[in-house]
Amino acid sequence: MLLSYREALNQAMREEMRRDQRIFLIGEEVGYYQGAFKVSKGFVEEFGPQRVVDTPITEAGFTGLAIGAAMAGLQPIVELMTMNFAIVALDQIVNNASKIRYMSGGQLSVPLVIRGPGSAAHQLGAQHSQSLEAWFCHVPGLKVVAPALPQDAKGLLKSAIRDQNPVVFIEAQLLYGTKGEVAEGDYTIPLGVADIKRPGDDVTVVAYSKMLLVALEAAEQLSRAGLNVEVIDPRTLKPLDLPTIVASVKKTGRLVIVEEGWRFCGLGAQIADSMYTAAFDYLDAPVVRVTGEDVPMPYSRPLEDAAIPDVPRVVAAVKSVCGVQ
Amino acid sequence: MAGMDRKDLLSLYYQMLLIRRFEEKSAEMYALAKIAGFLHLYIGEEAIAVGAIAALQPDDYAISAYRDHGHCLAKGSDPNKVMAELFGKATGLCKGKGGSMHLVDLANRFMGGYAIVGGHIPLAAGLAFATKYQQLNLVTVCFFGEGAVPSGQAHEAFNLAALWKLPVIFICENNRYGMGTPVHRAVALYENVAEAARSYGIRAERVDGMDVLAVRSLMQKVVEQVRAGQGPFFIEAMTYRFMGHSMADPSHGHYRTKDEVEEHRNRDPLLLLKETILTNNLCAESDFKQLEQEVSDVVAAAVKFADESPFPDTSTLHDDVMAEE
Repeated sequence: MLLSYREALNQAMREEMRRDQRIFLIGEEVGYYQGAFKVSKGFVEEFGPQRVVDTPITEAGFTGLAIGAAMAGLQPIVELMTMNFAIVALDQIVNNASKIRYMSGGQLSVPLVIRGPGSAAHQLGAQHSQSLEAWFCHVPGLKVVAPALPQDAKGLLKSAIRDQNPVVFIEAQLLYGTKGEVAEGDYTIPLGVADIKRPGDDVTVVAYSKMLLVALEAAEQLSRAGLNVEVIDPRTLKPLDLPTIVASVKKTGRLVIVEEGWRFCGLGAQIADSMYTAAFDYLDAPVVRVTGEDVPMPYSRPLEDAAIPDVPRVVAAVKSVCGVQ
Repeated sequence: MAGMDRKDLLSLYYQMLLIRRFEEKSAEMYALAKIAGFLHLYIGEEAIAVGAIAALQPDDYAISAYRDHGHCLAKGSDPNKVMAELFGKATGLCKGKGGSMHLVDLANRFMGGYAIVGGHIPLAAGLAFATKYQQLNLVTVCFFGEGAVPSGQAHEAFNLAALWKLPVIFICENNRYGMGTPVHRAVALYENVAEAARSYGIRAERVDGMDVLAVRSLMQKVVEQVRAGQGPFFIEAMTYRFMGHSMADPSHGHYRTKDEVEEHRNRDPLLLLKETILTNNLCAESDFKQLEQEVSDVVAAAVKFADESPFPDTSTLHDDVMAEE
C-alpha cells in the first residue's frame, strides 16, 4: 500500500507495541499532542499514558531514565523532538547507553531505540538543522540507522526495536511527508544490510537518508547523458554493509559518496578509507565526496541551499569521476 | 536500645569491617601497582551502604557512582570477584572491563558504578520506572555524593521521579568534599542539601551517616513508604571520607586540616557500633577479635584469588561491545 514515511514509522511502532508489552514510547509531546511530527498519532488512545509517556523538556533526564528502564528489562523507544536535542542527552547516549554492556562484561544490555528527525528542513537555523550521524557512528556500542524510503523505514524500525543494543534511528524531517509502497503486515529488514536502489555499471553512488532521493534524481539525469549509475543506500550506517559497496565498486571502478553531514570527519571519509583498503586496485579514479559545507547552517535560503548537496552537485561529481564533461 | 539483636548487629559490623579491610588492602595493592587507574576509597562512609542496603530485599536495585566498592560488597558481591575486577582480571565481576569505578553485579541487583558525576541518577529513575511499569513492588536505591546534587541530570531525575511517583530512594552521601572543593563552595544549599529534592515535592530527611543503626532505622521506614507507592524519598546522610578523594590525592589533602580529619575519625562508624554493642553487653572484645580474623581471612583470600587469576585474553577485547542477536 502507498504510505508516507511518517505513517510507515507509525505502523512499525504500533505493531511492535501490540506485540510486546515491554515496549513503551517516551519523549516530549509523544502522547496527547501525538508527536511534534505526528509520528505517534493515535498512540495514547490505543496504548494509554503508561506506555506513551509525555516528558518535560529534559532530554538528558528522560533518555537516562529510558536507559535505566532498558537495563531492568523494558524496551524503550525514545523520541527526540529533533536529533539536535540528542546533544543535550549525549552524556547518556555516549557515556551510558553505548558502554554499559561492555563495562559490565556483558551482564547488562541496553535494548533501546533513540529516534527522531534529523538534518535540515527549510530555514530552521543552525541549532535545528544538523546531520549528526557521524557523531553516533564514531562511538563503539551504538547502531545507527538512517532510512530513506517508507518501506525501509518500517522494516528497519521494527528491527531496531527488536535489537538488544542501543540504536540511534535518524529520520530526515523532510522525508516525513514523502510516500512510497510499503508491504502489508509484519516484515523486518535486517540492520546492517545495504540495498541497491538502482543498478548500474559505470559508477557507484552511495547515498543515505534524504540524500538518496537527491542521488536517484541525479542518476536519472545522468542516464540521459549516457551514464549508467548504480545507487546504493546503506540504510544502516553502523554496522555498515561494506561488502555490498565494495562489490559494486569492483564492478564500476568509480565511487561517489553523498552525505548531508559536514565534510570534515564525515561518514564519507570513513567509506572512502575503507574503499582504499578493500578495493584500491579496482578504482579507476579517486573517490569523490559530495558533502554538506563545514558551516553552521545559515538561515537565509540561498545560503542554506549552498550548504546542502543538491542534484547539480551530484551530477557534476559523477561526471568528473567518470571523466565526462 | 530495645529490640537489639546480637546476630543482627554483628552482621552489620561484619559488613562494615569487610568493606574497611577490603579497601585498606586495596590501597596496599594500589601501592604495589597490582591495582591501577583511579581508586576512590569509601573508608569512613561504610555505615551508609551497610545501613541502607540492610533495609532492602535482595531483589531491590542499588546503583552507585564511582566510589562504589562499599555498595557492591554490601549488596552481596563476592569479595574475590570484586578484588579480581580491581586487579583487571578475567575472573572479575565484569571480566576486567569495568574496574574500580564500574563494578556491576546483576545477580545481586547491583546495577553499577558510574563515573560521570550525576549521570547515573536518571538511570536510577529508570530502574524504578521499570519496576513500577512491571508492577514488581521493588525499590531502587541510588547512592551519590553531595557533589552530584547541583548537576542538571540530578535535578531532571528528581523532577521525573516526583512527577511520576517512582519508587526510588536517593541517598546523598554528604562527605563534605567534592574532590577538593568543600560543599559550601560548590552547593548553594550547603546547609541543607535536601532542599534540592524538597523543591520538587520529594520528602527528605537528614541522618547521621556515621551511625549505621540510624541509617538502617530511617531506611526501614522509608523503604516501607516507598514500596507502598508514596513516591520517591531523599536521604541526606552526613558522613566524612577519612582518605583522600582517590589514591592520587594525599590522605588529608591541602584542602582540609589534620585536626578536622581526626575529629571525624573519632566518630568512626565501626567504633560507634562496637561501643554500642559492648556497652549493651551483647559481645565481648574477644568476639571482635574473631570477626577481625574472619574478615582478614576473607580479604587475604580475595587478594590471593585476584593475584592468581589470569588477565583477560586479548582475544576478548571486542567481546561484549554489542549484544548478539
